[in-house]
Amino acid sequence: MFGESVRQLMAINALLALSIYLTLACGQLSLANAAFMGIGAYLGAVLTLNAGWPFWAVIVAAVIVPMLVAVLVGLPSLRLRGVFLAIATLGLGEVLRVVIVNLRATGGAEGISSIPVKTHDWHLALALAVALYLTWRLRGSRMGYAFEAIREDETVARTMGINTTRYKLIAFVLSAALAGLAGVLKAHLFRAITPGDYGFVQAVDILTFAVVGGSASFLGPALGAVLLTALPELLRSNVLRDVVNFEAGWQTLFLNGVILLLVILFLPNGLVSLFTRQWRRPTPLASEPATVEAT
Amino acid sequence: MPDINWSQQLLNGLFAGSAYALFAVGYTLIFGVLDILNLAHQAIYMLGAFCALVLVTGNVAGLGPLPGGMQLPFWLATLLAMLVAGLLGILLDRLAFAPLRKRPDTHFSGMISSIAVALIFEALATWLFLPQRSQFPAGTIRPGAVTLGQGALSYSRVLVIVAALVLVVLLTVLLRFTKLGKAIRAVAENPKAARLLGINVEAIYSFSFFLSSALGGAAGIFYGLAVSRLDPTMGRSVELKGLAVIILGGMGSVPGAVLGGYLLGLTEVLSVALTNTSNYRDAIAFVLLFLILVLRPSGLLGARRVREA
Amino acid sequence: MTLLRVEGLTRRFGGVVAVDDVSFTVGAGEIVGLIGPNGAGKTTVINLLTGLLRPSSGQIEFNGARLDSLTPHRIARAGVARTYQNIRLFRGLSALDNVIVGTHLRTRASFAARLAFAPAVRREEAEARETARALLARVNLGQREAARATSLPYGEQRRLEIARALAAQPELLLLDEPAAGMNPAEMDVLIALIRSLRDEGQTILLIEHNMQVVMGVCDRIVVLNFGRKIAEGTPAEISRDKDVITAYLGEEE
Ligand SMILES: Nc1ncnc2c1ncn2[C@@H]1O[C@H](COP(=O)(O)OP(=O)(O)O)[C@@H](O)[C@H]1O
Ligand SMILES: [Mg+2]
Repeated sequence: MFGESVRQLMAINALLALSIYLTLACGQLSLANAAFMGIGAYLGAVLTLNAGWPFWAVIVAAVIVPMLVAVLVGLPSLRLRGVFLAIATLGLGEVLRVVIVNLRATGGAEGISSIPVKTHDWHLALALAVALYLTWRLRGSRMGYAFEAIREDETVARTMGINTTRYKLIAFVLSAALAGLAGVLKAHLFRAITPGDYGFVQAVDILTFAVVGGSASFLGPALGAVLLTALPELLRSNVLRDVVNFEAGWQTLFLNGVILLLVILFLPNGLVSLFTRQWRRPTPLASEPATVEAT
Repeated sequence: MPDINWSQQLLNGLFAGSAYALFAVGYTLIFGVLDILNLAHQAIYMLGAFCALVLVTGNVAGLGPLPGGMQLPFWLATLLAMLVAGLLGILLDRLAFAPLRKRPDTHFSGMISSIAVALIFEALATWLFLPQRSQFPAGTIRPGAVTLGQGALSYSRVLVIVAALVLVVLLTVLLRFTKLGKAIRAVAENPKAARLLGINVEAIYSFSFFLSSALGGAAGIFYGLAVSRLDPTMGRSVELKGLAVIILGGMGSVPGAVLGGYLLGLTEVLSVALTNTSNYRDAIAFVLLFLILVLRPSGLLGARRVREA
Repeated sequence: MTLLRVEGLTRRFGGVVAVDDVSFTVGAGEIVGLIGPNGAGKTTVINLLTGLLRPSSGQIEFNGARLDSLTPHRIARAGVARTYQNIRLFRGLSALDNVIVGTHLRTRASFAARLAFAPAVRREEAEARETARALLARVNLGQREAARATSLPYGEQRRLEIARALAAQPELLLLDEPAAGMNPAEMDVLIALIRSLRDEGQTILLIEHNMQVVMGVCDRIVVLNFGRKIAEGTPAEISRDKDVITAYLGEEE
């Protein structure tokens, strides 16, 4: 029912949504996913074009390097409370953008076009399967319980022997891996990348997938990504074409805003909560600042 | 060492710093009073600018002339647009923040709903004013420039500096010396205690949003006039730098936001002058942001705890 | 044998000295009561013992090793578990899942092994689940496994928190006002639970206001007032102590 490129984009966006799910599952509102995606995309493009690496090696590099950056950035910033982590990670994205604009290899503000198409559908299917498997096996695992504890109450988690710093870092690093993977696959699919593709707008889009779908389980973000990717297509379909002109762009923006607002106001656990057990809501979106006055 | 025109750099730095400071005081006010990050502040900034433009030109790009064809002088348009921006702020609070106040994760959900409202505002502006740039008509303000040594700054840019000074002084007087200001500070300190003292906390929230948004609108108007460029995404670039500014100064601190604004403006200008390239100018804010968060998270003048001890 | 030794423990908040030069010990297998009027500094002592607050001065020794500069999770690993005066259960999780989180320190399976469906992981998870079930039964919540933690009545939430703490098999259990808000019937269940823990040799530091509970289960009692230790002794000695009666009991009865 959807064109090929829409289906491919759904898979990429689902990967990104699962990437942010990993940090949200651990109570961390990180907005660094777009930046990690950009690192994966640019590194991949340069390795393919300038170094002639085989695609599998490019993918490995585009997954591992964001993980290393995540360790470096995560160690100091994961101690930040509440929205301050979101702010710090947004800043990371901006620094990355400026660096990319100024490096010679990355083609400046114009970006890199003419990246060879190397991503095939089976790459996407495999990547998505791996990501879904990872997030599915998380629930019920020792680490998954630790994540849930941190998300619910970080202070209590610490007094129960959970090394919260370690688990938050693991979540951040795994999240970076998935984002890097999405970045490199997308770059080798749609061929052109620019620094602006990995900024605030992309970061907010990824967050929107997770919030609209619901971040209480891994299915929510994936569902959110698929639905929101399909939405502009659905609106362009024949039925509606005569009613409103969804080519203009502002309507999509408007609708995204309205959907996000309605979901956050009326469905705090996202669209999936319509289908899940009632009492599971409301799961906090991310952990509120830890409190010391542990009375 | 390149030959640097220091007085020009100083003027440029003051201009940029004033623009940042004016944007940031409203931004930080809301954080101080409600402890939330209002990511729709940038959209109000943008709408304020467009609102003034409509009042000055009597025309809405996407729809055509206003009925009656009325065109207001700039100063009156500015005051009215600030009023409209303030009212939009109250609307924003009612729409995005008030319903979430009781939620356990109110900081996060509030931040996200403010993003949603920003998207809606931006979409509406794109529809009304078209995606391309607009500008205030020539002659809105007298052409010409103020000179200082070898430097010169156009009147429209000087206006940004003056407006920032005047509005920041007015805000400070209001917060320090009026009954309303004392109530705002009491609510910022401790809403529960303020309620026990008989302060109508919800009304203070609404008024804080009005104040913050009116200032944000003014920032958009004067900046849009100074750079003769208005477009529906004009708020986005200043939004992230504004974040850096209020973190630098200390979240919730109005003097901190002013100090942070000028510090960032001058640092940026200085870096451009010294390195002779503007390539990395836009990264400075975020490197500062990151360093401050990691090293001195309460900011230069803030006292708020932002991370676990 | 002394399990916990607190020496000259002091904690200031600005000008307030919440805990002022307090020393006491808890022997292995003992149940020690920590009592005192509201604001006496009892909860602050527990926060210091669990590493959520750092002492301004003084020492905390546990099993012969210093605890006072360790992070909370290391202290927990050393064998200290607690409950909270304002119940802090994981609100979104079921009763059983709350207790399973408590087994964190008693399990070790890696996520990688779980991805590979290693049989050892499955075994360990089944064991953790069984342990948690047994603990729920132990605190009379056997029928409540699937209930959302915060949907339980107050007294049951308090017992659930105790079960969660016990899941770590701590050497020292810190209970912060476990009877607060309980009705008499719930209190009887609680007293029976604490007694049965004592019979198994569990060491407990018990903060409690309710004299029936304190006098009924404690071997020894430490009394705080305005952050200072004003008395220490057996329940019988404490109930005769003049200072205690004026500072505390007099106020209550
Ligand atoms: N995190 C904190 N910050 C500031 N003051 C505190 C903090 N925790 C406790 N206090 C103060 O320390 C004193 C003792 O409190 P607390 O230990 O809770 O008493 P208790 O548990 O005996 O009722 C009180 O005056 C209280 O206000
Ligand atoms: Mg207490």
